[in-house]
Amino acid sequence: MAETNPRAAYLLSAPALALFLALIVAPLVMTFLLSFYVFGFYTGIEPAFDLKNYADVLSDGYFHEIFARTFLIALAVTAIAAVLGTPEAYILYRMRSAWRSLILLAILGPLLISVVVRTLGWAILIGNKGVINETLMGLGLIASPIRLLYTSTGIVIALVHVLVPFMVIAVWAALHKQNPDTERAAASLGAGQATIFFRIVLPQAMPGILSGSLIVFSLAASAFATPAILGGRRTKVVATTVYDEFLNTLNWPLGAAIAMLLLVAVLVVLLSYNRFVERRYAQVFG
Amino acid sequence: MSRNGPLALAFNALFVTFMLAPLAVVVAVSLTPTGYLEFPPSGLSLRWFRAILDNPDFIAAFWTSLYLGIASATLATLVAVPAGLAIGRYRFAGRGALVGLFMSPLTVPSIVLGISFLRFLTTIGLSGTFVGLVACHAIIVMPYVLRLVLAAVVGLDRDAEKAAVSLGASSFTAFRRVTLPMILPGVAGGWVLAFITSFDEVTVTVFIVNPSTLTLPVRLFAHITQTTDPLVASISTMIILFTVLLLFLLERFYGLERLLVGGGGRE
Amino acid sequence: MAFLELDGLVKRFGDVAAVDGLSLKVAQGEFVSLLGPSGCGKTTTLQMIAGFAEPSAGTILIHGRDVASVPASKRGIGIVFQSYALFPHMTVTQNVGFGLEMRKVPRPERERRVAEALELVHLGGLGQRYPRALSGGQQQRVALARALVIRPDLLLLDEPLSNLDAKLREEMQIELRNIQQSAGVTTILVTHDQTEAMALSDRIAVMHGGRIVQVASPFEAYEFPATDFVSSFLGKTNLIPATASAGADGATVVAFGGSRIETSAAPAATGPVLLSIRPEKVRFAPPGTGYVCGKVRTGVFLGNQWLYQVASPFGDLLVVHQNTGRPEARAGDEVELAWDAEQMRLLPPERTHG
Repeated sequence: MAETNPRAAYLLSAPALALFLALIVAPLVMTFLLSFYVFGFYTGIEPAFDLKNYADVLSDGYFHEIFARTFLIALAVTAIAAVLGTPEAYILYRMRSAWRSLILLAILGPLLISVVVRTLGWAILIGNKGVINETLMGLGLIASPIRLLYTSTGIVIALVHVLVPFMVIAVWAALHKQNPDTERAAASLGAGQATIFFRIVLPQAMPGILSGSLIVFSLAASAFATPAILGGRRTKVVATTVYDEFLNTLNWPLGAAIAMLLLVAVLVVLLSYNRFVERRYAQVFG
Repeated sequence: MSRNGPLALAFNALFVTFMLAPLAVVVAVSLTPTGYLEFPPSGLSLRWFRAILDNPDFIAAFWTSLYLGIASATLATLVAVPAGLAIGRYRFAGRGALVGLFMSPLTVPSIVLGISFLRFLTTIGLSGTFVGLVACHAIIVMPYVLRLVLAAVVGLDRDAEKAAVSLGASSFTAFRRVTLPMILPGVAGGWVLAFITSFDEVTVTVFIVNPSTLTLPVRLFAHITQTTDPLVASISTMIILFTVLLLFLLERFYGLERLLVGGGGRE
Repeated sequence: MAFLELDGLVKRFGDVAAVDGLSLKVAQGEFVSLLGPSGCGKTTTLQMIAGFAEPSAGTILIHGRDVASVPASKRGIGIVFQSYALFPHMTVTQNVGFGLEMRKVPRPERERRVAEALELVHLGGLGQRYPRALSGGQQQRVALARALVIRPDLLLLDEPLSNLDAKLREEMQIELRNIQQSAGVTTILVTHDQTEAMALSDRIAVMHGGRIVQVASPFEAYEFPATDFVSSFLGKTNLIPATASAGADGATVVAFGGSRIETSAAPAATGPVLLSIRPEKVRFAPPGTGYVCGKVRTGVFLGNQWLYQVASPFGDLLVVHQNTGRPEARAGDEVELAWDAEQMRLLPPERTHG
């Protein structure tokens, strides 16, 4: 029931368009150009068209390590979030209405609280004298505290907490698209509960798991506040490195180059998802 | 379908505990009578809440965040409503691209947005200003408003507006008296979600503030990375309480499940 | 011994009893329909037989065995759902073979039986397709094949044809009956469509308010309805309040308006009754010989039939005649209606519905 009146449409979207062209397109273009400038300790930033920054990042082992660490953290977070979030979404799906609203609030509510606050909670939990270590030692499972603070592991745990709600939302949405009778049909054909989950529910929820993984991966790879607080000086990721270059070293061109590489990496992941995965599932799910 | 068995319920309980643990810990720690972050707290004291009052910097940061949230949510809503109407109702060349553009703040990494805003604002001389902050936050929260406005517009009954026009109302009056009230819940919900997002934002904001325009999350972030006193816990608790209040508002306007999950209810 | 026996089944949701004391015996190989309007409890009954709902009271015996403690996955029942419930991520072959997989049937035998089942429903050759690429009628047949391939003790059909368009539905009804008879499986069909129930079933169980009101063959249920509900739900009928009294030689005399009709049609009755006469059994009588006088309101042409609505002292009466090439009456005509005394039915006077 759409109308075709381009003039009215363009007029209505003009303010938003103007705002976005000025405040997102222009800045991104400027940053792109900035990544080609050169920086000297005494000379500051100078306009140029030099690939030096990219060459530095792509050849230096220091940056390789940071990108690798960021990528591995993102991968670990995504995998754990999928393993934890999918069953939880299914459990929620089967829950009675009254409880469900409450549990959803508990799971999705934290999304609306600043990531700084949530990460602070984890900082307290995973320190050497933190709750986790104290509990594990109290239970006799470990002899001395596990080092979690300022390590990648700590970052992974906290990021799972921050990002798993997105996975739950995505899987939940996919579960609602499935026909509930398929589970009953499988039961009538002799399938037990576990078989139903793995052979019937999971495959139908897969598009949700994949789109959720996409969101979680991109957000984990670009995360800043959590790695900044829990990574400290020694465990750097791409986002905190960019921060360092921009606000500490003041080497904006280098920082811009690193940021551009992150942007490209995220876009590549997005496009591969669209290309390979969606096409295969369109055949099955439409 | 069958109910959740005991194994499933146990998993669910653990999951929920995992989700609430850090928040519970923060609140607990904020009640410590000592001068360091200890959990569990050895006693219960409101000392660190009183300490907030001795920290005018934080109180000022709260007001900055509040005004910033109101201003950027409002600006975003003002441009998102007409854009949502355009996209939701009309077919025109470039519609898909426009939607992609307006949703791009969600796909571009915050860190990239942060440095780009910094670069841009510095170049035009607005770096560190409140105006600059509002503009940038408006961009960041726009997709949230647009998504909800679009949902409301697309689900609208167009015939109601046509009926009004056939009864003699002008186009604008029909919009104001018929359409607007119908999309208002979506718009209001979008506004509140935008406000919360702006209030919480830290990654981008950390690049574009200066000492006079520090927002609450940024000041908190700085404090956490530099010190270890429980003030951060009491401030965080205040933020949690403030957000819970907003959550109630959101539930009244719109409904939380619908908001975050998009009408996937199975009633 | 009956193959399927339902005894005093009750299902309560809160204070409401969706099924309120339902008993039924079904013989091996029989095709029985549960027929009734929405809300009569037929689907709930099916859910209980299948094991998806627990009865509040009563027993279900399949082949003499009480299945109350048997979970749905172990009852050996084939089900075709209204929405077909095909597994969208599996091909037709995988869908049909799923039940055999669950029973650990070895691969070669499984493939053979799946091919056989697909041939049975005339879908041989479509094995590699995904459900999404099939038409509604084809999906329905896959669902049927999937239920039949496991050689179930019992086949349950939950309004399986309601999503098909009218023409396809008619074709599928015939095919469904043929398939059921060649497979020889005991079948329960749940439907609100009385034509479908009559076309397919050996017996119809008419349901109303959570109970079975009458169980009989289609002909019996139609010609000898037990209550006014059954006679109105199965086909159309004319109901006239009348008084019955005993007559000579055990006959019953039925009086209404100014007419008296003598009939020996059972059941013999005295006192107030509802006289039920089907529209196709009413004829236009020569003046002076009719039981009822009236005026034709409208004549509706349905292709193979004419439907006349006649205004009378007893309300609007329906008359249906085969199309013999010319209409027998037109709107505005004064007519008299008569019928064969033996074709009348006498029903209990209380209106049980409407």
